[in-house]
Amino acid sequence: MTSTPTPPAAPSAATASWEQLVTVALLGTDRRTPPGCEPGPGAAAAVLDAAAAETVRRRAGLRPARAARRPERAPEDPRPPLPASAARRLAMLLADRPGAAAGGRRGAAPDLMELLPQWLATANARGFAAPPEALPALLDAARGRTDLRPAALRFAGSRALWLARLNPDWRFALRGTPGGGTVPPGPGDGDRVRRLWDEGLFAERVALLAALRARDPAGARELLASTWATERAEDRLMFLDSLRTRLAPADEPFLEQALADRSRNVRATAAELLSALPGSALAARMAARAVTCVSLDRSLGHAPDGAPVDARDASRAHDDHALDRSPAAPAAPAIAVEAPHECDAGMERDGVVAKPPGGRGERAWWLGQLVEAAPLATWPARLGGRGPGEIVALPVADGWRSELHAAWCRAAVRQRDGAWARALLGPPTAPEAGGPGAVSLAERAKLLGTLTPGERADWVAGFIATHGLSEAFQLLGMCEVPWAPPLGRAVVDALDIARDAGSYPWSFSGVMGLAERCLDPAEAGRLDGLLAVPDESEDAAPGAGGYWAEAFQRLATTLRLRAAMTRELGVG
Amino acid sequence: MTQQGVRWTADQVLALAPDAASRAAGGRLGAVGSWSGVGSCGEGAVWGLSEGSGGERYRTVVDVREGAGPAYRCGCPSPKLPCKHALGLLLLWAGGGVAERGAAAPEWAERWIAGLRDRDREARGAASPSGRGAGPADPEAARLRAERRAGRITAGATELEQRLTDLLRGGLAGAEQAGYGLWEETAARMVDAQAPGLAARVRELGSIPSSGPGWPVRLLEECALLHLLDQGWLHRDRLPAGLAATVRSRVGLPASADGPPVRDRWLILAQYDSGDTRLTTRRIWLHGAETGRDVLLLSYGAAGRAPELTLPVGLTLEAEVSAHPGSGQRRVALGRQFAPPSATEMRPSGVSTSTAAARFGEALRHDPWLDAVPLTLTRVVPVPDGDSWQLADADDDTALPLVPGPGDRAGVWRLAALSGGAPVTVFGECGHRGFTPLTAWPDGPGPAVPLG
Repeated sequence: MTSTPTPPAAPSAATASWEQLVTVALLGTDRRTPPGCEPGPGAAAAVLDAAAAETVRRRAGLRPARAARRPERAPEDPRPPLPASAARRLAMLLADRPGAAAGGRRGAAPDLMELLPQWLATANARGFAAPPEALPALLDAARGRTDLRPAALRFAGSRALWLARLNPDWRFALRGTPGGGTVPPGPGDGDRVRRLWDEGLFAERVALLAALRARDPAGARELLASTWATERAEDRLMFLDSLRTRLAPADEPFLEQALADRSRNVRATAAELLSALPGSALAARMAARAVTCVSLDRSLGHAPDGAPVDARDASRAHDDHALDRSPAAPAAPAIAVEAPHECDAGMERDGVVAKPPGGRGERAWWLGQLVEAAPLATWPARLGGRGPGEIVALPVADGWRSELHAAWCRAAVRQRDGAWARALLGPPTAPEAGGPGAVSLAERAKLLGTLTPGERADWVAGFIATHGLSEAFQLLGMCEVPWAPPLGRAVVDALDIARDAGSYPWSFSGVMGLAERCLDPAEAGRLDGLLAVPDESEDAAPGAGGYWAEAFQRLATTLRLRAAMTRELGVG
Repeated sequence: MTQQGVRWTADQVLALAPDAASRAAGGRLGAVGSWSGVGSCGEGAVWGLSEGSGGERYRTVVDVREGAGPAYRCGCPSPKLPCKHALGLLLLWAGGGVAERGAAAPEWAERWIAGLRDRDREARGAASPSGRGAGPADPEAARLRAERRAGRITAGATELEQRLTDLLRGGLAGAEQAGYGLWEETAARMVDAQAPGLAARVRELGSIPSSGPGWPVRLLEECALLHLLDQGWLHRDRLPAGLAATVRSRVGLPASADGPPVRDRWLILAQYDSGDTRLTTRRIWLHGAETGRDVLLLSYGAAGRAPELTLPVGLTLEAEVSAHPGSGQRRVALGRQFAPPSATEMRPSGVSTSTAAARFGEALRHDPWLDAVPLTLTRVVPVPDGDSWQLADADDDTALPLVPGPGDRAGVWRLAALSGGAPVTVFGECGHRGFTPLTAWPDGPGPAVPLG
């Protein structure tokens, strides 16, 4: 606001200008007397009188200031507004900041912030517009949690970007979301793409390339190739990584060229991408190298004299995969492995890292890299026309089994080969599926990723039914939400068994948390019998029953809340 | 006795929550599984047992009669009112999860409801003319008490005048070094003099020297206004009656709301809390549909407790209010309520920024110590201006600076998001520092958005 100027007047304390009064007040009337006023004890009171009149006069005379430059209007959001109850739910979810309810134990109340991703996904699927007044809280939530950003920004829409331009705290929203492509220039805007690519900040360029790659794979590759030679090594690595999206044979020439890059990391990434293209020249070269290391040796089979067969492998083949083997085979053959003796320049050029990490033999290290990069289609031809299931069932000589299978696992994941993944996973009920077998849990989780959602859920359900929950967390994370009915049943049953076993629920807090977010709300009825506090049995941990009842109550309440959430959004 | 009225909506219930955390917690408890022994009766009460987190059970009763604000009782230790259990129970009721007028209340609920009805009858009896005769037992003693207090305040005001002239003689520049202690001690002297209004202003003076650039101007202004208040008290017999009443209330003498009750449909414009660990002050602004007046309800909570009165922003309340004495006084006391708060399309009519500034100037004539007046601005656009914001007229080149309100910067961002560069209607407090936004309405149709 602006003040009206003091009208000029004869000098007296009552009409001294405001500035004069402030100066006198700062220095004190003992040192300075206001104009038109007797020096002495009365001067201070006279200054206060004048200042009081002047203060009220100044305040009463305040006028609005000139308006600053107005921001442009935010674009209209064409999406329909949220139903009132859903808008209220959103405000509630956003108000529930983690740590607001401090304390270690989680109690029986649901964790609302954890439901936000699901709420956003449903709202986005239904195509609702965000209530404008919720945008600041949405942006704050997305700022704190990068995993929320793509869905939150999509829901927040164009007005959130308008808002983010005004607040440096929300600048992340303008960088765009990888693959989401909300901010970077749209199709048909080649000039802006070019300008942003040439002049943009690194983060902007990464976002641009990712968005373009999702839309126009060849265009993105050509854009990258146009400046490739002048990019810094770290940047080249990041840019190259964006080619992972929609990788296709057409990318091969560019990637082949990147195999000669100055940076070792860039070379390794290029080789990895090429090996994911089974038809590429690199894949063929790797296959040629790999087949020389792995062969079928009939003399190694079930030799009656106890020839050098890995005993454990042989028994495994017997127990689990007897049906896989051709009954006509006279003596079960085995796989013989002859790991490479050296890592030559050609191998290094194709991305094989010569120096193994600490604690690993270099020959095994090289073998792993060759098998991993060779197309899986190489193996049936090499190993007597057997299918993946039969090959996995073959015994492997001299303790090479875990190296070889681990490399096949990586290959199956990289080449997204469901048949091999299925064979390597084995049946979920196998005894060593739960223990430390040749295939680790982390690898198994990755293998599951190549199967269809239904197959994945069935496998994990079978796994939990046999092995319980203690190793299931990573595998559950791979399953589609909401969990398919058999999987949901398996989890609830396993939790029930864990309770009866007398342990505390927080040993299962990870799975409980997942169940709250992923169990189908329609399954809530199955929990009814678990909500009461049971009588304490002798071997149960003290008080465990009460904590379990509380945990199940929270699970049931959360499921009801999720059902209400989707109902409010007009689903189902 | 009035019966239980229409069942409320979840909106009405949630609007009662004292803060966002209770709102969320109540929302979680508003599900069937969290309750047992739930019921309601024709007397207008809802009750139930809520399952606490540690397995303990709390008895919760809510009085939802027509013509009275909701009253709550819950066995939980939460200081909030209503607590999350009361909110959860109301949500359950609003959602149809409670059988209508079912069985008789359990004994514990019955006792509380009966007690509430008795107190109601007493209150109504006291308010009636026949009850008024039973006022202070001895008017003569009361007069003597008032005189003694006035004498103490006069001594305090005289002492304060001395301090202020001493300060002005030595110069304000010295106040920066003197620090907080000097003012704290003076404030304590004013508390002893039974002048809490003076004490609060003195305490404010202490924080000005550390308040950033321009502090000498602000310190001189506040010293001068305090001097004006001292002089007003010392010469109150020569002031017009209205201004004298304002001086008495500013000094800190309690006054009862003895204005005639005014019945109206009051739009609940804003509710926000301020204060420190000792005392929480809740301000609730109301706008009368018929009278067009903006009035203020104050409610206090001591030592971290939430103030008792809670009204849902954006709804209307059919009720009577009575004004406190004093010219330009906006404060009222809430009297009878005739219905629970209900949804409305009503919005207060607004003015331009120039009119708003002029209104504040006029209000100073009746109360020069006024910091701000309640006002609704219409067709204004939030505009960033360097590090701060303005509210600019959509159709003119004028703007008022925005002063962040109780919601701090978050409130300003909500306002900016709601506007999106388009004109909005904003209710807030307009004063000499600028405009503090409290509630906003979008350009098109839409409910009130609290900015606190």
